Amino acid sequence: MELGFTTAAYVVAAVLFILSLGGLSGQESAKRAVWYGIFGMALAVFATLIGPGSGLWALSVLLIAAGGVIGYFLAARVEMTQMPELVAGMHALVGLAAVFVGFNADLEIKNVASAVNSEAVKELTGFAALVAKKSAVEVNILRVELFLGVFIGAITFTGSVIAYGKLSGRVTSAAVKLPGGHFLNASAAIISVLCLIWYLQTGGILPLLLMTILAFFIGFHLIMGIGGADMPVVVSMLNSYSGWAAAAIGFSLGNDLLIVVGALVGSSGAILSYIMCKAMNRSFISVILGGFGGASGPAMEVEGEQIAIDADGVASALADADSVIIIPGYGLAVAQAQQAVSELTKRLRGKGKNVRFAIHPVAGRLPGHMNVLLAEAKVPYDIVLEMDEINEDFPDTDVAIVIGSNDIVNPAAQEDPNSPIAGMPVLECWKSKQVFVSKRGQGTGYSGIENPLFFKENTRMFYGDAKDSLNKLLSMID
Amino acid sequence: MSPEELRAKEQEEFNAQTRQQVILLAVGGALTLGVGLVAPASFMQHFIVFVLAVFVGFQVIWNVSHALHTPLMAVTNAISSIIILGALMQIGSGSFLVILLAALSVFMAGINIFGGFLVTRRMLAMFQKS
Repeated sequence: MELGFTTAAYVVAAVLFILSLGGLSGQESAKRAVWYGIFGMALAVFATLIGPGSGLWALSVLLIAAGGVIGYFLAARVEMTQMPELVAGMHALVGLAAVFVGFNADLEIKNVASAVNSEAVKELTGFAALVAKKSAVEVNILRVELFLGVFIGAITFTGSVIAYGKLSGRVTSAAVKLPGGHFLNASAAIISVLCLIWYLQTGGILPLLLMTILAFFIGFHLIMGIGGADMPVVVSMLNSYSGWAAAAIGFSLGNDLLIVVGALVGSSGAILSYIMCKAMNRSFISVILGGFGGASGPAMEVEGEQIAIDADGVASALADADSVIIIPGYGLAVAQAQQAVSELTKRLRGKGKNVRFAIHPVAGRLPGHMNVLLAEAKVPYDIVLEMDEINEDFPDTDVAIVIGSNDIVNPAAQEDPNSPIAGMPVLECWKSKQVFVSKRGQGTGYSGIENPLFFKENTRMFYGDAKDSLNKLLSMID
Repeated sequence: MSPEELRAKEQEEFNAQTRQQVILLAVGGALTLGVGLVAPASFMQHFIVFVLAVFVGFQVIWNVSHALHTPLMAVTNAISSIIILGALMQIGSGSFLVILLAALSVFMAGINIFGGFLVTRRMLAMFQKS
């Protein structure tokens, strides 16, 4: 097949990929759109296999199939609570593939150079043939591009491996830095730039290898230095990096489809990181540099006391309520109480009550994670609302139930300018007539920030394991 | 807040947004022109594709429903395995090391393509209306 056909297939594939992302604007259109993506990928791979310059296609198909089987089992078996680990793991694979493909491009440049000298240039195929036509300046640009691709790919690889470790609990979730901290990262980055100059001068493999090792270190050290609570931002950021790595490799291979997809994925991850940072009222830089913004002064005195309530009390309040908003946090998933909460919702809705869910952007451990967890428990998606959609409805709500979340309902974010989370957008559940907080016990929880919500007059603490509490509650509501 | 204050606040937000957009466009435009001054034409051919794709990406992703951000990550993961095309173009090169690295890349991308798309489908199928 000629190059014209391959290019045409790439155009169609690019359009299909854009449609597959655009379709995610709604739940129903998304189900259709994912097929566009699958078809686009199949078309792109097929066109490349039969296109000019590919060889060993039987081996290629075999390898894709082997990877496909593993991918199938991973996708079929993964628990929805483990989605962040899966996503991080998959980023690592893309990063490593970018490193390998980048190294190959370098090796091919060398092959071409020797082929040009021995006049065997006509026998070159694929990428090598492309390189043979390039001028010296163009080869240097190519080297910069592949250098960049390998650099970003290597950071993505080790960064994602560490993110995977932190999310799955195999690596400590605390922020750990080597002595020297970000000075080490900065030095490694500067030496990498020097490697680039060295590489352009000599074209040798040594500077490329050295830079790769440095980039592996940067990825490792950067993500080790970020605490577990910021992992949603980190995973989005690595998502973005894996895209930019693909785009840089696309530049060096002169492949427009790689560039388009890399740019799409890169901007997608960047937007997700931005949304996550905004939802925590933190700058991207401060997340990357690690550590929570400390308190800027003494915390406001919390007045009042926490008042407990038992299942009976909650049940009778729910019986009287017309409108209920449930605010889930990741603690809900930790207690595996999704099914119980779904059942509760079903029963209350059966009695004609208006039950809705309020989702904060950083609830869960991945952007949109809570929505997937609720969907898995068969909570209909049309009663699961975003913070901006529902925050104004709290004053007209009879009962708000907080389950397994803490910081995202902390009024100190609005009331106490000295609080570490001051200015963070929160769900204003305390404005509803009554608030029930399902919580294990009296601690301050994950972030260690005191929550004045627990001491408000209209708040009642429903102590105990979320799943047990909800099941007790369910036995009183039929 | 009184209606006047509310209107003034809205106007202020709109102005800030306009300012931000104009600054971004100016910086982006200047950077692009700067690249054009030094880069050869063959690079610019790919660069235009890149810039337009970033732009399309931003437009499209802002419209993605927040509820579907996890499926978005899974599907972008799957399509970023497009890096497989690079490996497929290199695997026939003849040098053993190149073939080995390309083969590993094809295999890893294969995991990602199938895993990413399938897990996206699995998640999306869970979203049901009442």
